[in-house]
Amino acid sequence: MNETNELAHDVALSMEPAAHFHLELSNRGVEFQAISPSPLLPTQFLEVAKPGDWGKVASVAKDQAWRWVAGWAEDEGNLFSVSVCLELQGTYLVLRTRTDGGNPFLPSHAPYFVSANRPERHMRDMFGIKFTGHPDPRRWTRHQAWDSETYPLRHAFPKEGQSPGQTPPDKDYPFFKVEGHGVFEIPVGPVHAGIIEPGHFRFHAVGETLLNLEERLCYVHKGIEKIAEGRTAESLARLAGRVSGDTTVGHAFAACLAMERAAGLEVPLRASFIRGLLVELERVINHLWDMAAICNDVAFAFAYYQFGRLRELWLRDNQALFGHRLLMDRIVPGGVNVDVTLESSERITKSIKFLRRELSELVTIHDQNSSLEDRLVAAGHLRVEDAQTLGALGFVGRSSGQSFDVRKDAPYSPYDQLEVTVPVENQGDVASRFWVRYKELWVALKLIEQLLEKMPDGEIATPWVSPPPDAEGLGLVEGWRGEILSYVRFGEDGKISRYYPRDPSIVNWPALEKLVLGNIVPDFPVCNKSVNGSYSGNDL
Amino acid sequence: MFGIYRKILTTGVLTEKFARKKRATQQVALESRETGIDELGKKLQATIDKRFAGSLHIRQVDAGSCNGCELEIHALNNVYYDIERFGVHFVASPRHADVLLVTGPVSRNMEAALRRTYEATANPKWVIAVGDCGACGGEFGVSYASCGAVANVIPVDAVVPGCPPTPLDLMRGILDLFSC
Ligand code: SF4
Repeated sequence: MNETNELAHDVALSMEPAAHFHLELSNRGVEFQAISPSPLLPTQFLEVAKPGDWGKVASVAKDQAWRWVAGWAEDEGNLFSVSVCLELQGTYLVLRTRTDGGNPFLPSHAPYFVSANRPERHMRDMFGIKFTGHPDPRRWTRHQAWDSETYPLRHAFPKEGQSPGQTPPDKDYPFFKVEGHGVFEIPVGPVHAGIIEPGHFRFHAVGETLLNLEERLCYVHKGIEKIAEGRTAESLARLAGRVSGDTTVGHAFAACLAMERAAGLEVPLRASFIRGLLVELERVINHLWDMAAICNDVAFAFAYYQFGRLRELWLRDNQALFGHRLLMDRIVPGGVNVDVTLESSERITKSIKFLRRELSELVTIHDQNSSLEDRLVAAGHLRVEDAQTLGALGFVGRSSGQSFDVRKDAPYSPYDQLEVTVPVENQGDVASRFWVRYKELWVALKLIEQLLEKMPDGEIATPWVSPPPDAEGLGLVEGWRGEILSYVRFGEDGKISRYYPRDPSIVNWPALEKLVLGNIVPDFPVCNKSVNGSYSGNDL
Repeated sequence: MFGIYRKILTTGVLTEKFARKKRATQQVALESRETGIDELGKKLQATIDKRFAGSLHIRQVDAGSCNGCELEIHALNNVYYDIERFGVHFVASPRHADVLLVTGPVSRNMEAALRRTYEATANPKWVIAVGDCGACGGEFGVSYASCGAVANVIPVDAVVPGCPPTPLDLMRGILDLFSC
């Protein structure tokens, strides 16, 4: 490093990430305005004046090691706005620019950030915004339900669609081709041989070894963003709880947080604690289930049934204590609609004790099982560098050295009052994703205890007050799969005019394409399970 | 190895038909009394024995669900419900199926795949639409991206509402289909 660089480096270190970003944008001649106070508090916000500078902005972000969190667009009549959320060292920053409504185009961020690739294709399909320099010109969310000249998220596009007849099969998608001696292609899906969500996988293999995997998703695209428009706050919370059924609490939490921030509404502390409790319960249930399923995919039926048994007990607790096995619709705008009584707290404490004992016993068995080790260790390896490039989240990231956890790095209520430990490993294989889940499970149990112990008295909800038109809010929470982002804008009469949820699956699905390479075809199911992306959460 | 055997033995049989057996934990025994699996299961088994020579094959198809329904369908196979003991078996191919268990509002992107799965299923065949979404479109309704109810795309013989329906609701739904 030469002297000036060193100096710049020192300055950078001593500066707050957003200020450093501003400085570099100015150095590169990008015209921008940092809006203060930000309309998306606590997230910082800046507008980039010229859409032509959009690529330069990404290049600065890349140089400074920001993580590309999410991107979404809005139809503003004569213009389209495109917003991108970045994160560095726990600081979130939203950038926005506008492009002409007649011929909308912007420089792509995908050459700088892999995680921008599919979201930009989504925006292209849904809004008709072209991203110049994007490495992949193919459609993504659009199959055959609407034609290439119409864009569902433009206001002019009717909610009920334009082609009422039968939807033809999507048979001409231009998959990547791998050719050569001995290479063969295996198409799988969208309907899979099990009780799972639909999606298409195109494998290229030589013998048993996988050369390439291409995911073709969006089969369960249900138009969530479009049908959110015009809903009341309460109705949006219900919809958010169905973005991905297994993350119903996480998405409802993020959406409500976004709406409350837009409305400037302070949620009672007790409500926040109960929300935290519900999220952690969801984490326990899902991690148990994933651990069961990973074992099942390597034919270790014993553990599948054991973990599945423990999970069922927690589902029944949920039903008994909160009235719903998966905890759907318990989080509402302004708070929650279920309280925690002394009895429920006692029952949960008992269940925790029981689960800990069972887990310790099971894990010894697990540890002593060499055939299990044989299948899980080194399978589906995701390199630390790849995880970083992809911005991998949750247990996928944390098994490959990415420690980011919203609860710890950008804490929100109730986590700003709790101690969150984040287990991180570097092995990056299926075994590691199993063990990180296991460790996170223990952390969740500890958090539940803390939440119950410190649970403040008071109301569980505050009455909902609609914000004025145009108010916007951003909610970021750590769901069981990782960081969830939820963007909300209000229109007239307190009705929603824009909702964009970013499930961690959107970021993690590309990791699967990487980590299966060089593995044998029969190991694909367990690799897939170890990542366990949500199709519904991805496809929206 | 012995650890596995020991754990299997001490866990005991938790499947809820065998309520007489001593349970591994008090907590579990308490739970099982709350459910009505025993009675429901007997009926289900009698129906399946009579009409399907003891074995009913189900192919589950997610045609656009939020995956909540899938979680509860999965739970049918856990040790408490263990639906296989009544002769209900989930199969990997529609060619082997008597019944299609379809979830979700049917997304437009899954419409063709659902029709094809239906066509691939041998006659006689039945379709159960699962969840509020499968029943009427649920939270998603009909839109440019969603056909709504399963019945809007393929013929439906029975509906199991709920968001998502519980494992017991699902068992009842399967029973209802064949007791009419
Ligand atoms: S019925 Fe409920 S749980 Fe089932 S797919 Fe629809 S929203 Fe999800």
